[in-house]
Amino acid sequence: MSVRHALLALLEQGPMYGYQLRTEFEGRTGSTWPLNIGQVYTTLARLERDGMIEAASGDSEADEDGSKRRYAITTDGRVEVATWFDEPVGRGEPPRDELAIKLAIAVTIPGVDVASLVQRQRTATMNALHDYTRLKRGAATDEPADLAWSLVLDSLIFNAEAEIRWLDHCEARLARRSSAPTRSTVAEEAAR
Amino acid sequence: MNPILTLADVTRVHGAGAAEVHALRGVTVTASQGELVAVMGPSGSGKSTLLNLAGGLDTPSTGDVVVDGTSLVRLSQSRRAALRRTSVGYVFQSFNLIPALTAAENVALPLELDGWKRGRARDAALVALDEVGLTSAADRYPDDMSGGQQQRVAIARAIVGQRRLILADEPTGALDTATGEEVLKLLRARVDAGAAGLLVTHDPRHAAWADRVVFLRDGLVVDESGRARGPEDLLDAEAAR
Ligand SMILES: Nc1ncnc2c1ncn2[C@@H]1O[C@H](COP(=O)(O)OP(=O)(O)O)[C@@H](O)[C@H]1O
Ligand SMILES: [Mg+2]
Repeated sequence: MSVRHALLALLEQGPMYGYQLRTEFEGRTGSTWPLNIGQVYTTLARLERDGMIEAASGDSEADEDGSKRRYAITTDGRVEVATWFDEPVGRGEPPRDELAIKLAIAVTIPGVDVASLVQRQRTATMNALHDYTRLKRGAATDEPADLAWSLVLDSLIFNAEAEIRWLDHCEARLARRSSAPTRSTVAEEAAR
Repeated sequence: MNPILTLADVTRVHGAGAAEVHALRGVTVTASQGELVAVMGPSGSGKSTLLNLAGGLDTPSTGDVVVDGTSLVRLSQSRRAALRRTSVGYVFQSFNLIPALTAAENVALPLELDGWKRGRARDAALVALDEVGLTSAADRYPDDMSGGQQQRVAIARAIVGQRRLILADEPTGALDTATGEEVLKLLRARVDAGAAGLLVTHDPRHAAWADRVVFLRDGLVVDESGRARGPEDLLDAEAAR
């Protein structure tokens, strides 16, 4: 998963404490995907179990939850990071898309006002796009950390835009369908 | 807030009898000082009709259009044309520049039509060209400019003098994304400086520069984004960073 690899890649820069890793991760992604510290230590424990990281030398006095230790990347860890950067993120199994699922179900269930559903979603997504655009206007882009955050914002912007365009497309297709005979009228006629 | 533009329950029927088209069927839209309002909708939904009514290029079948406190529907043709020249700036998709005139002459033209002396009109044109970052191109002809530069000249022409209402119909339609974004920045800056703007666009990313988005469908407003969202929402969004 991406958090695991992101933390590992950050450790390539040198040994770090868990809370430091969290700060670095959130700084570079504009806190778009906040990490809780428990999640960081769970991830670090798994990475250590898998031999990707180890206690940094000189930091051997480990406490229970690992909060006083610095972690260092191992050779296996470096190989893992290199592979992560080399390989494209898979699109084999599309992540679950709640909106696509909702719409697919809505169009098959009689009585759902799909046109209103589409419009409400478009307005909500437009509001989000508006907020991202405002943040983007405020984001300086010369510093590497600002650039990283600004690219994350761009990703949110492109995704929101794509969703609105897809909703426009759904609406146009639904409008075309409603002017054609519907499946239920066809079924009713067949039943006669 | 101070509405510079109010379209109150306007309808517009084109043609008559069997050929009657109800382009707008009771639409209310306002744009206040400092407010940029985007209009989105499928083609044929009435966007251009709305913009033409707002600018006094067309008159509503019923309803009222108020610009800067003056009702356009009660004005004579010539008074309406005069108000249009002094208060309203247009930006079209096809930049509509006059090829035989330089950038500065194109920008000064509406002022000269309004009776300004040539020298004073040119000075105002240079101020507007400076605002869109084109001071150095003042004496060039449209044909020697890129599409993005021509659209900036068109924006300078729309904002020259003290125009308080800027109307833009797909102003970024013929431009690439980055150049389109520049155009939006200029419109936004002018509105922030005290004008009101109405922007027709198909591009969600460009509409996102507006304070509100009005969604038109078959001549009716079906929804509006950004409504009743105060500074708190923005602060929340900032805090989420
Ligand atoms: N001058 C006109 N005469 C007749 N019909 C018109 C005229 N202008 C626009 N219409 C019709 O009015 C409707 C709205 O048009 P318009 O405002 O141009 O829509 P949009 O800009 O959203 O594409 C369309 O059905 C269009 O065909
Ligand atoms: Mg149009």
